[in-house]
Amino acid sequence: MNPNDVILRSVTKVAIVIILTFSIYLFFGGHHNPGGGFIGGLSVAAGLVLLYLAFDIETVRKNIPVDFKKVAGLGVLLAVLTGMTSIFAGKPFLNQTFGYFNLPVFGKTELATAVLFDVGVALAVIGTAVTIILSISEDG
Amino acid sequence: MSLLPFMIFLPFIFAILTPFIYKMVTPRIHTGWFVVIVPLTVFLYLLQYIPVISNGNTISQSLPWVPSLNINLTTYLDGLALIFGLLISGVGALVVLYSIYYMSREREALHNFYVYMLLFMGAMLGLVFSDNILVLYVFWELTSISSFLLIAYWYQRKNSRYGALKSMLITIFGGLAMLSGLIMLSMMTDTYSIREILSKVHAVTEHSLFPPAMILLLLGAFTKSAQFPFSIWLPDAMEAPTPISAYLHSATMVKAGIYLVARFTPVFGGSSEWFWIVSGVGIITLIYGSINAVNQKDLKALLAYSTISQLGLIMSLLGLGSASMYFGHGDESTVYAFAVLAALFHLINHSTFKGSLFMVIGIIDHETGTRDIRKLGGLMSLMPISFTLTIIGSFSMAGLPPFNGYLSKEMFFTSVLTAAENPVFGMKTFGMIIPWVAWIASVFTFIYCMILVFKTFTGKHRPEKIDKVAHEAPIGMLIPPIILAVLVIVIFFFPNVVSKNILQPALMAVLPGLSLSEMDVTIKPWHGWNMELYMTIGVIIVGSIMYKFIKRWMFLYDVLPKSLSLNHLYNRLLEGSERASLKVTNRYMTGSIRDYLVYIFGFFILVLGSSLLFSKGFTMQYANNAEVSIYEGVLIIAMVISAFAVLLSKSRLTAIIALGSLGYLVSLFFIIFRAPDLALTQIVVETVTAALFLLCFYHLPELRKEVSRISFKMTNFIISLGVGVIVTLLAMSANNHRLFASISGFFEDSYTLAGAKNIVNAILVDFRGLDTMLEILVLSIAGLGVYTLIKLQLAGRGPKE
Repeated sequence: MNPNDVILRSVTKVAIVIILTFSIYLFFGGHHNPGGGFIGGLSVAAGLVLLYLAFDIETVRKNIPVDFKKVAGLGVLLAVLTGMTSIFAGKPFLNQTFGYFNLPVFGKTELATAVLFDVGVALAVIGTAVTIILSISEDG
Repeated sequence: MSLLPFMIFLPFIFAILTPFIYKMVTPRIHTGWFVVIVPLTVFLYLLQYIPVISNGNTISQSLPWVPSLNINLTTYLDGLALIFGLLISGVGALVVLYSIYYMSREREALHNFYVYMLLFMGAMLGLVFSDNILVLYVFWELTSISSFLLIAYWYQRKNSRYGALKSMLITIFGGLAMLSGLIMLSMMTDTYSIREILSKVHAVTEHSLFPPAMILLLLGAFTKSAQFPFSIWLPDAMEAPTPISAYLHSATMVKAGIYLVARFTPVFGGSSEWFWIVSGVGIITLIYGSINAVNQKDLKALLAYSTISQLGLIMSLLGLGSASMYFGHGDESTVYAFAVLAALFHLINHSTFKGSLFMVIGIIDHETGTRDIRKLGGLMSLMPISFTLTIIGSFSMAGLPPFNGYLSKEMFFTSVLTAAENPVFGMKTFGMIIPWVAWIASVFTFIYCMILVFKTFTGKHRPEKIDKVAHEAPIGMLIPPIILAVLVIVIFFFPNVVSKNILQPALMAVLPGLSLSEMDVTIKPWHGWNMELYMTIGVIIVGSIMYKFIKRWMFLYDVLPKSLSLNHLYNRLLEGSERASLKVTNRYMTGSIRDYLVYIFGFFILVLGSSLLFSKGFTMQYANNAEVSIYEGVLIIAMVISAFAVLLSKSRLTAIIALGSLGYLVSLFFIIFRAPDLALTQIVVETVTAALFLLCFYHLPELRKEVSRISFKMTNFIISLGVGVIVTLLAMSANNHRLFASISGFFEDSYTLAGAKNIVNAILVDFRGLDTMLEILVLSIAGLGVYTLIKLQLAGRGPKE
């Protein structure tokens, strides 16, 4: 562990908030603007990689105690399950629907099942990207 | 309700039961006692049809098998099928009886033996009773397979396996040829039934497929019946147990080809091709077999060559008789039909005397321990019954009175003499050769028959050369050959009983155009001082003289070098084809991925390029093209530069970076073509890929980390240029071949349809969500793959390190 990474770490601590926020923005904006599950997931993974670079793998793992292989699996499972729910509603597999609701804070908001599917995509992308990078770097 | 189909299946059913019977009765009772019931039942069952058939009736019955394809198990019993049926079941019963004494019940795997034998018997019965050509083919192949199993019965011997493989390769080759011939026949006549084919003969004779169908069918018949040059498998098949040689390779299976030729004579007969091929091959086989038989040292090999020769005789008679079809009705037709009658008569005679000869040879082998002529001799007083039987069989085979072979040999001479005067088929020019060839072959037949009798039984007995103390066989072993030998004599004295009841209905089946009254020939042993008799006397005189001085001219056999023998050619062909295919495979399967890529891309260029060229698909139109802006131009130049940098860079690091810049330039392209989602994804993915490439680069082994440019190879250059040009041309042509309007108009309503303003995202998660789902699955699998490749390699390497 290099003790001279003070600047990097300080910048990382600030930047990670911005990156993750931007990722979440990209993800949710995907429905109407450029973005979506894939790019959102990738930028989250990019943020995590920055954490790994600035700190140690062990340190990050202690603070984010997540097994990313499971995240990838969860993502695929979620995507499949959202597809399955439409079957129970008597519709074809992966039939998405949407509607407009009045929520307490946000006001009139559009809620779409496609977003749940996108969450699955994002989780699969995050899980896979981080798994690949972690396993390669641990090998070295 | 006829029981005929049941008779075909009886051996198969019994074959299933045989192993259980074997388990129960061994070693108290010989399994053969149970098996013998089967052929006996069939034989007795068929006997009752003789009066029915001889009155000109036929029996047929159909069981559905694949009715939707018109393939049914139709059994059909006419004179021809009856002859074969009686031979198969009759000789079958005698052979089983003989095998009871021949095959030891303690030492041999009798359940295998009898299962194979019953399989063969059923297949052979099915073959001759089938009216459906596809069913006939099924049974045909079943005889090949069961014969293969029987030849290799003593599978621990190398020669058995060699012989089995050889017969398998040759007969299956012929069987497949026959199948294609049969399919052609069914295409011409639109039916699978032999009888219906016969009723549509005109459709066949006028069809352009007539010659190929005929030749393919004959290939099947010739390979099965060991005709020249496919006869080489038969001498090697003598490695089978002797009952099998007696049954399969003299009396039944080798006559399947004869059956086929006889059965299809009404279809193909009457044409000069059929006449010349069948009789020509028959005559060549006849003389080839008889000359070679004289040279054999092994008694069974001698009999094998004599079988080949006799089968050639029958085949040539069938060929000569087919001339009758040419003349249709009338006297001339009857004259040639006589040859077919002679063929059928000799068919029966051959089965009787050859079966008994094989059994006697088996006895000699069994009681002395050898079949080598050079070791045997002087057995006359030791084995008197066997000696008598051999004399009867051999003299009949040589064509001497008072045995049935004399009658058919005389008929054979009559047929070749009449055929030589045949006014058609160009017999005027070549016809005179045929009687001479036939006569010479008969001389050689006479010589080997004498060798068979006198070298084995006369002379000095040399007990020190043989393994066992020679003595007469047990009576059970002698009964079957005695029955056959009695038949040989009985047929001589009462040939017309056989002729009236069996031969003439069979003749009607082979030559349906003939009426029975025209063909009322009485076979008689004495017909005056005519040419045939002089020929027979000549055979006896010349044959005796040649046998007397056999030592003087045997050296002639060594004149022809071994390398010209058919066996040698067969072995060379087999080895050569193996070597050649190995060479070819090694030549193009280099194991180098670069070579395979050259094949793939070369094929790509060839197929797509030629299809572009020949379908005239290449067009160029500029009307629909958009304006090229300055940004696009600049980007393209930059991309070309970085692409060349990848190709021409000296170090790999430069190539990786140039590749990365290419990727970023592509994302810029996405931006100017207004695809923000793609651009975003492309940037991130390109970054990750570049990082992974760098990782790979960093871990290259020190030893080989040379810094060099990609070496230039002309083939690679041409192929890559070709692929590039083809793809470009295809893309340009495709652009001008828009047949329908794009469906993208539908997706533009994505806000109302899916509640999303981002069309790309709506397509990804809503309209075409399935693709996305599977893509993330692909991604996860790739991730898991990387993880397992890295983490599990230690476990694999563990023990070695």
